[in-house]
Amino acid sequence: MNLFRLSWKYLTFRPLSTGLNVILLALGLAIITVLLLVQDQFENKMTKDAEGIDLVVGAKGSPLQLILSGVYHIDFPTGNIPLEEAKKLSRSRLIKNIIPLALGDNYKGYRIVGTNHDYLGLFEAQFDQGKVWEQPYEVVVGATVALREGLKVGDTFESSHGISVGSHDHEHDYQVAGILAPSGNVIDRLVLTSIETVWYTHEEEAESEDEKDHSELHQEVSKTGFPEGDQAKEVTSLLIQYRSPMAAVQLPRMINSGTSMQAASPTFEMARLFELLGVGVSLLQGLAFLLIGISGLGIFIALYNSLKERKYDLAILRVIGASRGQLVFLIFLEGIILTSIGALVGILLGHSFLAVIISQNEQGVAASLDAWIFLKGELWILVYALGVGILASLIPAWSAYQTSIAKQLTKS
Amino acid sequence: MLISTENIQYSHPGQAPLSFPDIHLKANEALLVLGKSGSGKTTLLNILGGLLMPHRGSVCIDGVDLNSIQGSNLDLFRGKNIGIVFQKPHLLAPLTVEENLQMAHYFSKKKGQEINRLLDELGIGVKSKSRVQNLSEGEAQRVSIARALVNSPKLILADEPTSSLDDENTFKVLNLLQTQAKKIGAALIIVTHDQRVKDHIPQFIEVKGA
Repeated sequence: MNLFRLSWKYLTFRPLSTGLNVILLALGLAIITVLLLVQDQFENKMTKDAEGIDLVVGAKGSPLQLILSGVYHIDFPTGNIPLEEAKKLSRSRLIKNIIPLALGDNYKGYRIVGTNHDYLGLFEAQFDQGKVWEQPYEVVVGATVALREGLKVGDTFESSHGISVGSHDHEHDYQVAGILAPSGNVIDRLVLTSIETVWYTHEEEAESEDEKDHSELHQEVSKTGFPEGDQAKEVTSLLIQYRSPMAAVQLPRMINSGTSMQAASPTFEMARLFELLGVGVSLLQGLAFLLIGISGLGIFIALYNSLKERKYDLAILRVIGASRGQLVFLIFLEGIILTSIGALVGILLGHSFLAVIISQNEQGVAASLDAWIFLKGELWILVYALGVGILASLIPAWSAYQTSIAKQLTKS
Repeated sequence: MLISTENIQYSHPGQAPLSFPDIHLKANEALLVLGKSGSGKTTLLNILGGLLMPHRGSVCIDGVDLNSIQGSNLDLFRGKNIGIVFQKPHLLAPLTVEENLQMAHYFSKKKGQEINRLLDELGIGVKSKSRVQNLSEGEAQRVSIARALVNSPKLILADEPTSSLDDENTFKVLNLLQTQAKKIGAALIIVTHDQRVKDHIPQFIEVKGA
């Protein structure tokens, strides 16, 4: 026997009260764990996905929507912009690199993004199998898409119109040319192809089968810059890298006032978004702290009440040789064991909860989160819980320290 | 002398001071402390066990003056050298019989007696794994006696151990305390107002109260 086992015996001796306190504490800590995990991974992912993109240009509308659709591929695009105007912009001396994106279709909810090879370079994408697209209708699929849909190089599939599932199907089959290695970036969830592919898919709609010029389907697509296209052609958005810091001042103003397009900065818009989300996060945090506070109070009451019944026990322990210090330690140990269990259960619960959210949300942005990453911040949860345990045991321990053995044992 | 006291006085707050007769007892000897209820018998027992400090006088156990040791040293000294049997068993409810005795070993940092053999000797060997709640009153009392004996103390103090027992069980418990005390060579002091006990232990002192 030792003190640790003795406190454990006392805790398991009243399983209901112990269980209730553990659950309360665990719930509070689980909420904090989820918040911690989501906040950390979200911000990480958001910055990682937007790395190298200084400015996004697209059709006028909500700038946040433009960023969400152009960079993170979560919201709907604001519309399309004429290819001519985009090309004109690309000749600006303020721009170092410009990557066009053409959206409009999906494959089982995964977005098909028409772009050039620079987009792969932007994320430093590695190939797991196969190679990059060269012909129209050749696609490269992200790691998550390939895994979930079981795609291999050489497979073919049909796309659906629109960017969410359930729209009508296009007729031409896409062919998988390559599969990307997992990167933890947004491209894991995308199907990448040339802009020409996106154009041809939608032209097919307009033209009838026999009128179509099949020769263009066997030309090589453009690998960088803009593809050749007539006046009616459009793209959805442009990802821009500045040549100099000066561009950050001049370019957005130039685009917003001088063209029919709008420019939005990912950094700025995301900061705005987090500010908006912050209210909800604070609310949840408040709730979590409330739960933890209540559980701390619960632990205090449980220890204090049990102490009344246990004063005899404590006196007896003194009689058989325990010192005051050991009794104090015993009480603290109970508080600490209780809260440590609460903390571990809470952290586990938080991760499991996140895992459930992720499994419910396969194509959304939550799908790219990882429930089983453990953060350093979670150690603080443990420390925090121990603090609650020590705080709750303070008064009971003091009262145990003060108990007079003789008085306690003669009282009957 | 194993235990000797000199001019012990103690006063409960707001009451006249109690004086106690001196005690001189060798190992293997037994002594009764008799007196009416409220005469301060239990106070004396608490003083002898180092649970209460006398306001005057001294208690010397095995050559050690209890006044000279304090705090956790006194607790440890008590755990090692003094076994106390209370009027009520006061066992630790979450633990089994065996674990209750193990606690005594743990806190006194002493090997002491082999627990299962001791329980066998007291006739409760089969109960060693039982929960304390499942014991009868008599069994619980024997466990509390075993707890007082398990560290092979030099002094055994018993507070009214027979007050709630019938004649037959009184005889049994006294017999048990005496034989066990002899076996480990301890001095035995029994505090009681039970006249039946006098027939078994001739040596006694009387506490008169204030």
